[in-house]
Amino acid sequence: MRLCGVDLAGPVLNGSGTFDALAARRAFGDALLERFPFDCFVSKTITAEPREGNVPPRLWESPGGLINSIGLPNKGLAGFLAADLPQLAELPVPLCVSVMGFSRDELAALVSGVAAREEVALIELNVSCPNVETGLVMGADPGETAAAVERIRPLTELPLIVKLTPNASEPAAVAVAAEQAGADAVSLINTLKGMALVPGSTRPWLGGRTGGLSGPAVRAVALEQVATVSARVSIPVIGMGGIASGADAADFLAVGAAAVAVGTESFRDPSAGRRIGAELRRLEAVPAAAAGAARF
Amino acid sequence: MNGAAGAAEPRTLAPPERRRVSVAANRRVGAYSLITALDAHGPAQPRPGQFYMLASAEGWGGGQGERPYLPRAFSYARAERAPEGVLLSFLLEDVGPGTHRLGQLAEGDPLHLLGPLGVGFTPPASGRRAVLCGGGIGAAPLLCWQDHLAAAGEFCEVVLGFRSAAHASGAALFAGAPTVVTEDGSAGSQALVTEPLCASLTADPAAAVYACGPPAMLEGVRALCAELEVPAQLAMESGMACGFGACYGCVVATRTGFVRLCVDGPVVEAAILETALAPGAGH
Repeated sequence: MRLCGVDLAGPVLNGSGTFDALAARRAFGDALLERFPFDCFVSKTITAEPREGNVPPRLWESPGGLINSIGLPNKGLAGFLAADLPQLAELPVPLCVSVMGFSRDELAALVSGVAAREEVALIELNVSCPNVETGLVMGADPGETAAAVERIRPLTELPLIVKLTPNASEPAAVAVAAEQAGADAVSLINTLKGMALVPGSTRPWLGGRTGGLSGPAVRAVALEQVATVSARVSIPVIGMGGIASGADAADFLAVGAAAVAVGTESFRDPSAGRRIGAELRRLEAVPAAAAGAARF
Repeated sequence: MNGAAGAAEPRTLAPPERRRVSVAANRRVGAYSLITALDAHGPAQPRPGQFYMLASAEGWGGGQGERPYLPRAFSYARAERAPEGVLLSFLLEDVGPGTHRLGQLAEGDPLHLLGPLGVGFTPPASGRRAVLCGGGIGAAPLLCWQDHLAAAGEFCEVVLGFRSAAHASGAALFAGAPTVVTEDGSAGSQALVTEPLCASLTADPAAAVYACGPPAMLEGVRALCAELEVPAQLAMESGMACGFGACYGCVVATRTGFVRLCVDGPVVEAAILETALAPGAGH
């Protein structure tokens, strides 16, 4: 298949920040490359400056899911370009680099720096952060999102994917704004804001106080948002949110997604992306009527 | 510090997928369960201190609070070669929905397993004897480490602390006669494990300490070893979603920043820590 002009062997990506291919290679060795779980690898989000991330605890298991408060630890743009990107280029699939800027200028610097590298096939904009100049969460506001995309669109010919946040009053309006400003695709959903307390206390469990909920618990919300966004834009939609099986992935494709991403399920099994891709191929080989009959 | 600088790190690579294995036995050891699983397709020689992610292949979810959802991390207690693969054993205590469900498993039940993961223990530097110090369920990785050191001809002292006699049954899994203390005095002397450890290290400081246990105990060991200038390796625990560096959830603070216990641990040199009181552990 082709996604924004990039050839992929299949439609399964990883959600940004849910798979560290370099750490996984330390644990699994070159077998990871021989049996790589995804058809396109999306990096963890890179910021302009290095970040340590949030103080622990960073995780809370919730019913059918996980609340995380990681805080975007990363080496910063220079560290990523020097240390990580050459190693990520050894992966057997195209590379998408996720970036987040706290101002439009910062975002522009990130996109310019990443786009200059030939290892990179696609760029994803993580807009789930406040613009320090306006105080607005970029991805929660159509105008902010449009301004961000318009600022960086002239800087690169690489496909630009806007990662939408579900924590917006109308994600589809943000998607339309991104499309009109020149985005090549949108991906959704990012995590839903969530919170947990230390059992028996009034204190928040997570070091960052709140976090993002993911996993099967969010799948129904994600499917609705992907369906609604897909109906409003003509650019490709990458759907994600609690996908744990080929049948789940098929649902997202059925409501209009061009590709899917696997996130939290990879925490339970690093090969989940491969399994889901294989299950999807088997489902697609079955005539739709028969598949429908089998599933209900 | 401990071990030969520049030597390859003690890490056996894992296959990059979760495996469905079969529970060979689940027997009670006092307050604990000792679960043995036949791993037919995993590496035969994990390194002591490494861990596996475990989840029941059936009925994982729908327990207390509609959990568990994520797999749970366990250091392996022993790995024994068998004709059909390797028999891995894990010591666990029912402290939450994950360990509760795992404790219910019986012979023949399917188990999801990923590993071995992380880095294990490094042998003591020449001239230093190994002192293994376990607190409660933290005795688990010291079992295979004791076996490993004994096979290499290293002398090994074992000191163990438990809450009570029911927990102290775990000491019987060790070779020889480990020193046992309990918090309530129901087995051995009534003491914290740092007391016999302190006596041993004071008598002969040419030692290397290997410790695993709850955060407060590890902090006691860390502080004691720092004071006595004895090198120590701590097998730590932190809430962990994936076990292979993907989620960034299991970080602990070191003198130089956060490290992920799953890929840079779970065994760390005590000297890199200002404190071993890591928040967020538990099952």
